[in-house]
Amino acid sequence: MANKNMKAVDVVIVGFGWTGAIMAKEMTEAGQSVVALERGVYRDTYPDGAYPKTINELEYQQRFKLFQNLNKSSFTFRRKTGDSAIPYRQIAMFKPGEGVGGAGLHWSGCHWRILPEELRMRSHYEERYGKGFIPKDMTLQDWGVTYEELEPYFDFAEKMMGTSGTAYRVGGKVVDDSGNPFEANRSDNFPLPAQKEQYQAALFRKAAQQAGFHPFTLPSANASAPYVNQYGCQMGPCTFCGYCSGYACYNYSKASPNVNIMPALRKSALFELRSSCNVLRIELDSTRKKATGVTYVDANGDTVFQPANIVIASTFAYNNARLFLLSGIGKPYDPVSNTGAVGRNIAFQMMSTINAFFDPGKNINGFIGAGGNGVAVDDFNGDHMDHGPLGFVGGSPIWCNPAGAKPISGIAVPSGTPKWGRDWKRAVKASYLNTMSFDVHGANMVYRDVYVDLDPNYKDAFGQPLLRFTFDWKDNDIRMSRYVTDQAVKIAHELKAREIKVTVKDFGAAPDLRSYQTTHWAGGVAMGTDPSTSVVNRYLQSWDVHNVFAVGSGVFAQGIGYNPTGAAVALTYWSARAIREQYLKDPRPLVSA
Amino acid sequence: MKRLILISALALGTAALAASAAYNLAYADESLSVPAPPKPPVGARLLNRETAPLRPLATPPADAALAQRVAKKDSPSADDQLLLRGAYLARAGDCVACHTSKGGAPFAGGLALASPIGAIYSTNITPDKEHGIGDWSYEDFARLMRTGVTKAGYTVYPAMPYPSYSRLTDEDMQALYAYFTKAVPPSAQANRANDIPWPLSMRWPLAIWRKLFAPTPAPYAAPAGTDAQLARGAYLVEGLGHCGSCHTPRSTTMQEKSLRDDSSRLYLSGGQLVDGWSVPSLRNEHGGGIAGWSQADLVEFLRTGRNQYTASFGAMNDVIEHSMQYMTEADLNAMSRYLLSLAPRNGAEPYRYDEATATAAYEGRPQTPGAALYLDRCAACHRSNGTGYGKAFPALAGNPVLQTGDATSAIRIILQGGRQPSTDSATAGLVMAPYAQLLNDQQVAEVTSYIQTAWGNRGATVSAADVAKIRKTAKPVEDRAP
Repeated sequence: MANKNMKAVDVVIVGFGWTGAIMAKEMTEAGQSVVALERGVYRDTYPDGAYPKTINELEYQQRFKLFQNLNKSSFTFRRKTGDSAIPYRQIAMFKPGEGVGGAGLHWSGCHWRILPEELRMRSHYEERYGKGFIPKDMTLQDWGVTYEELEPYFDFAEKMMGTSGTAYRVGGKVVDDSGNPFEANRSDNFPLPAQKEQYQAALFRKAAQQAGFHPFTLPSANASAPYVNQYGCQMGPCTFCGYCSGYACYNYSKASPNVNIMPALRKSALFELRSSCNVLRIELDSTRKKATGVTYVDANGDTVFQPANIVIASTFAYNNARLFLLSGIGKPYDPVSNTGAVGRNIAFQMMSTINAFFDPGKNINGFIGAGGNGVAVDDFNGDHMDHGPLGFVGGSPIWCNPAGAKPISGIAVPSGTPKWGRDWKRAVKASYLNTMSFDVHGANMVYRDVYVDLDPNYKDAFGQPLLRFTFDWKDNDIRMSRYVTDQAVKIAHELKAREIKVTVKDFGAAPDLRSYQTTHWAGGVAMGTDPSTSVVNRYLQSWDVHNVFAVGSGVFAQGIGYNPTGAAVALTYWSARAIREQYLKDPRPLVSA
Repeated sequence: MKRLILISALALGTAALAASAAYNLAYADESLSVPAPPKPPVGARLLNRETAPLRPLATPPADAALAQRVAKKDSPSADDQLLLRGAYLARAGDCVACHTSKGGAPFAGGLALASPIGAIYSTNITPDKEHGIGDWSYEDFARLMRTGVTKAGYTVYPAMPYPSYSRLTDEDMQALYAYFTKAVPPSAQANRANDIPWPLSMRWPLAIWRKLFAPTPAPYAAPAGTDAQLARGAYLVEGLGHCGSCHTPRSTTMQEKSLRDDSSRLYLSGGQLVDGWSVPSLRNEHGGGIAGWSQADLVEFLRTGRNQYTASFGAMNDVIEHSMQYMTEADLNAMSRYLLSLAPRNGAEPYRYDEATATAAYEGRPQTPGAALYLDRCAACHRSNGTGYGKAFPALAGNPVLQTGDATSAIRIILQGGRQPSTDSATAGLVMAPYAQLLNDQQVAEVTSYIQTAWGNRGATVSAADVAKIRKTAKPVEDRAP
C-alpha cells in the first residue's frame, strides 16, 4: 500500500531513456501532462560528461560508472529449462544502463534502420523458401508493421539525432552509389554528411571492394558538424576523442535524450521528471483490464502511487517483460505448454571478431575513434543472399567500427602472446599502432526454449524477483555466424596483414557471461498480429490492458542484424503517433484481436 | 622504434608541405590517399555557421495565466490589451529578474543585490495590499518609476534603475501599472530589510543623490531627424532596457556617466566590472564593441545569446533568458539599429584575421606554452584556427570579449566554465566545463594571453597574479536543476 498519493496526470512514463524521452516529447506536444519516472539518478552532459573527467577509462569503462548497480538489481541466467539459474554478479557480457538518458546517454551511436524483411520474418522466409524452411522450434512471427509504414519515423528520428551518413537511394532514385546498395528506399537524405573516414575503415573499405563486396559508410549518431534538430537542440561536431561507449559525450556530439530532447522538454510546463524513483509495478483496476497508474519507491524510500490515464512502459529492453510480469499484465509465457506471451521471443546478438596485425609502420592510430563511425558491408545481412543452400535463417552485417582503442581495453595482441611480462609488453608496443579489427554483428533468432520469467529464488533490493534468462546459443545462429565470418575472412585476406586472429563461436558454445558481447537484448514483450504469440499489437499497445503501451527493443519479435536503437526509436514515434491520432480521441483497443 | 620516428617525421613533414592538397601519407600501403583537411579561413569570419530559423515568440511562464485567459476569447478586450502590453513592457524592463528570488513567486521580491555598502533586497511588487503595491495609486507608481521616491516617501537605491525608467511615456506607464496591479497574482511575501549597516543605511543621502544625479523625469523625446525605428530603439535601450545600468561606466558616486548618447560618447562604452565580469562596449566600435556586426547579428544575439562572433555568458544570460527572448522582432531590430548608430569612442583598429597562428597551431608547432595548452585543452572545441563551430562552440578569433585591455571575462570563463543561455529559440544551453582544477594560475595566464593575442586578436596579456585574484571568487558553473 502506497503511503503517498500524487496528483493524477495524463501520462506516466516508466524509464527515461531514448524511448521514454521521445514519448514524453510527443505526449507533451499533444497537450498531455506527463510525469516521467527514472530509477537511476539525474544525468546531463554537464557535469556527468564534463571534460576532462569523463575521459577516464578506469572509472567509466572498467568500473562502469554510468551503468546499473548490480548490487541493487540484477538478473539470473541458465541455459535451459530445469537448470537452476545463477545471478549475474558482475557486468561483463552485457552492460545494463540506467539513469536519466538511460543507455542512450552512453551508447556508441550506431544509428541504423531495419531491413524490411526483418519486420516480417515468418511471411518472408515462407514466401521465398517454403513453409518448411523455418525450423519448428524457431518462433519467428511478423511484427505487424511494414518498413513503408515506419519509414517517415526513421527519417524523423535521424533528423532528431543529427545522424551523419551517405544515402544510397532517396525517393526511389540512386543518389550516391557509394552508399549501401542493399538499403531500402528512403524519403530523404541524412541530415548531416557522413563523418570523416578513419584509416582502418578506409583499409577495410578497399579490402571489401577487392573481395567483391559493397562497402558503405556506417550511419553515425556522432554529428559530423554542428547541428540544430527539430526541437531546437544544439549538437557540436564529433572530434573523434574515442571515448564513446560507456561515457557521456563532453562535446554534445553524440546524440542522446539529454542533448537532443531534454532541453526542449524542460521548457514544457506539462513535463515533470522524477529521478531516483523505482517503479515497482503498474497498478490495474478490479477488472484487470485498465491501468490506474504506477507505484514506485522514491529517493527517500517512500512508496508512492502516481495515478495516470495512460502508462508507457519504456524501461530498458528486457525490463518491460519484468514489469509486465510483476504487474500481472498479459499471460506469462510457459515454454512447456507453449502458452502465454510475456517473456517470449528473447534474442541477443551473435558476435564474432577478426583482428588483423600488421608490421610496425602501418600506424593505424586506433586511439582516434568515434562510436558510430566506420564502414560496413551488408552483403550477408538479412536475406540479401540466397539462404536456400545455406541451411540457416538470418544474417549479419560486417563492419569496421573504429570507436577508439583505449589504454586498458584497447590492447590487442596476436595469439600466443603471454598474458604478462616482457614479451607481453613487447607485443603491446608492436601491436597497438598496427592493429585493426572488425566485427560480424549477427542477428539472433528466437526459440521456444529461450525466454525470460521471474526467478523463484533471487530478489532485488526492493524485494521483487529478479528477471531470469533461460538463454542458450543455437546451432542456427552459430551456423549463420560461422558462414558470414568466413566471408569476413575474405576481406581480412585482402588486407595483406601479417597475421589474422578470428574469434567465432563453435557449435555447442555456452553463453559466456564473463566476456563482453553487446547489450543488444530484444524481445520479452513482442509485438505481433496474434495475441497468443505477442504481448503488444502493431501500435505497441498491450492486448490485455489497452491504456498500457510498451516501447523499446523489448517489442522486437526477434533479433535484428543492425544495432536496435534505430528501430526501437522509430517504433516509438510510430506508437506515439497512434496514441496522438487515434487513442487520445477515443481510448480503446486499437486493433481487434 | 627509429623507423617509427622517421616515418612519423616524414608524415608530419609531408603534411606541412601539402596542407592545401590531397596528400599521401608515408604508410606501407601508399595507394591509399586520404582527403585533405579543411583549409583555415583567410581574413574572413566563420564559414561554418548554420542558421536555425527563429521560432515564434513564446509566452513567459509568469504570464501564462494571462495568455491563457486571453486566448480563450475571440478577440482581446481593451482592458486585456492593456494588460498584455504591460506584460510585454515588464519583459522589456526585465522587472522579473530583480524582483524575484530563486524559487520564489514572480515579482514577490527577496533577491539579494550586491552593492558596495551591503546587500539590498528587492521588494514585493505584486498587488498584495500589505506587502506589495496593492494600495498604490497610478501616481504613486509613476513617481517611483520616474524619481525613485516610494509611496512612504523615501528614495530607493539606484540599483532600481529609475534614472532610465524616468523617460517612459505615460501610455507605457499606465500599461505597466495595470499589469502589476491587475494581472500579476498577489503574493504575501514580506519585504526583507537590507543588509546595510548604520549609518550607511540612512536613506536621506539617496534623496541628495537623486537631486544631484538623476535626470528630470521626462518622457523620451526623439532628437530631430530621427526616424521612427531609431527613436523606438533609443526609447527601449535608454528606457526600459536600462542597458546602461551595466554597460555605461559609473562615477565614484555611482551614477552612470551618461544616460543617453552625447558628445562624451561614454554611453554604453563598457569597460567596468559587473558581478565579476568585464562589461563590453555596445557602441559601434572595434576593440571590443559591435563594429562589424550586422543588425541581424545583433538581433540574433539578443534573441538567442549566440551569433557567429560570440556567445553570451555571465550576467547577460539572465537578460536574454528573462527579457530579450520575448521581444518582438521589430523591437529587437529597433534596438539593434540604435546600438549600431552609436559612434565609436575608443579609436581602435578593425579586426583582421591573422593566419600565422592558425597555421602554426594546425601543424602542431605551438610557439608558446600558452599555444601548447590551447592545442591540448581548447582546440577540440574552439579549433586551432580559433573559429569555433557555428553556434555550438563560439569563435575566439575576432571575439569582442578578447579585444580589450581587461581580460577578466576570459580568465573567469576559463576558471569557472560557462553556460550558454537557454531560450525558446535555442533551447540547449551548452556548457563549457571549468578548468580551475586542471590549470594553475600560470597556465591560465599563458592560455589566456594566447587567446587574447592569437589570430589577430588585440587584447591585453595577463599574469599569474591577475588569475590568482579572480580565482578567489571563481565558482564552477552550476549544474542545471533537473
